[in-house]
Amino acid sequence: MTKGTATIGVPINPAELEAIEIRLLLDAIYQRSGYDFRSYALASVERRCRQFLSLSGCATIAEMIPKVLHDEEFLSRLARYFSVSVTEMFRDPSVYRALREHVVPLLRTWPFFKVWHAGCATGEEVYSLAILLREEGICDRATIYATDFNDAVLQQAKEGIFPLASVQDATRNYLAAGGKGSLADYYHARYDAVAMDRTLRERVTFANHNLATDSAFGEMHLIFCRNVLIYFDQALQARVLRLFTESLVHGGFLCIGTKESLRFSAVSHAFEPVDEAARIYKKRAEA
Amino acid sequence: MSRGTDRSGADRPATVSASRRCPFRGVVMGASAGGLDALAGVLAELPATFSLPILVVQHRHASDCSDFARFFDGHSLLAVLEPCDKELIRGGHVYLAPANYHMLVERNGTISLSLEPLVHWSRPSIDVLFESAASAWGTDAIGVLLTGANADGAGGMRRIRAASGLTIAQEPATASSRTMPEAAIRAAAVDLVLPPAAIGRFLAGLRQKEGGP
Repeated sequence: MTKGTATIGVPINPAELEAIEIRLLLDAIYQRSGYDFRSYALASVERRCRQFLSLSGCATIAEMIPKVLHDEEFLSRLARYFSVSVTEMFRDPSVYRALREHVVPLLRTWPFFKVWHAGCATGEEVYSLAILLREEGICDRATIYATDFNDAVLQQAKEGIFPLASVQDATRNYLAAGGKGSLADYYHARYDAVAMDRTLRERVTFANHNLATDSAFGEMHLIFCRNVLIYFDQALQARVLRLFTESLVHGGFLCIGTKESLRFSAVSHAFEPVDEAARIYKKRAEA
Repeated sequence: MSRGTDRSGADRPATVSASRRCPFRGVVMGASAGGLDALAGVLAELPATFSLPILVVQHRHASDCSDFARFFDGHSLLAVLEPCDKELIRGGHVYLAPANYHMLVERNGTISLSLEPLVHWSRPSIDVLFESAASAWGTDAIGVLLTGANADGAGGMRRIRAASGLTIAQEPATASSRTMPEAAIRAAAVDLVLPPAAIGRFLAGLRQKEGGP
């Protein structure tokens, strides 16, 4: 660009060309739908573009651009593909054990408390948290906001129906997480699926919220956002962590993914570690 | 021992031959069944002054919490660690993909982790890492594929080679499981075929040329 037309006639390497195509595609998606994947971690976005391309019948990524603009169904398939996320019940059992040990005793001291589960995807961990709070006898004092920017996965989360095949791992995780009963107490099995006990949802409000564009949720006592930040680039991570800091009460807790870190963030000074390995932090009083 | 803190060679280009224009930016390595010994064999040959970063995917079970980093640390003069997401990639460091996460190289010189679906029944997947290295480093990427009973890695090697990077496979006769290096060789995705120690010496040699008198 700085050299005007100097690059016309000069062969471009395919990787650079692909990078341009992907930037244009993400722009088209944003301008057409408002979904902003431009601030997602690039390597993973590039991979999803290539994967989707191979399923799309298009020859190049650039060929997908007119479809994004003119083909509603194509656009929604692509947006869904970009927001695929994988989760499981009681993922990282040691984190749930740490929540019981370090966070629950403080939650008990509040007459009621609010939990924001940000980026809840299909909801496996929302139910996990609800089970934990019930077993600790404080579920009735909780209001849980479970949010995601993707309405399709949010709908799945609301229904709370999960594949039977996932139950074996979930059961093992539940026990390792310090479960006090049997996971089977909380679901009904039907054919090849399990339906989570509907009373677990009594304290849960499912809502659409886009961490990339929407504003803070007020006065939370616990923000639970695990393995969501990994999909964002540094700038968007910084925005979201600021949002979380603003949304927490003083002394409120933040729990992020076990491979995510506050180290690279400007808000790290606002938090003190409660359990570093479990990535549970507490907002400092002066923050 | 400097354990990877010696950055004296960091700014000088490595060359595979005099005609090679670009410095290498990093090494990605993949291994599956039998990989611990092979990886240790490569790493053992690298001097503390080795100044390229090395990112490693060793297939492992999702719930495997064994301390690979500590195991390799005992076999290497370089600093070996499991990175967090967004960790800055530093020369002379060995980054092991954590269990149950894909690990990717970003163009901005950081590491991304991801929970995208399994690839070749694997997370971490070698293809995912190698593909990202091909995009981020292009001609400056080195891919090393070691022993394994899986087809993971062949696609990633092909991408690195297509981007004019350098690809090296373990000599199948020296591999405890030859399927993985053979798949890459069959896919014509390999520049060099060497036993693990020779791969290590080759990589170390790149740096010696670069840092030579």
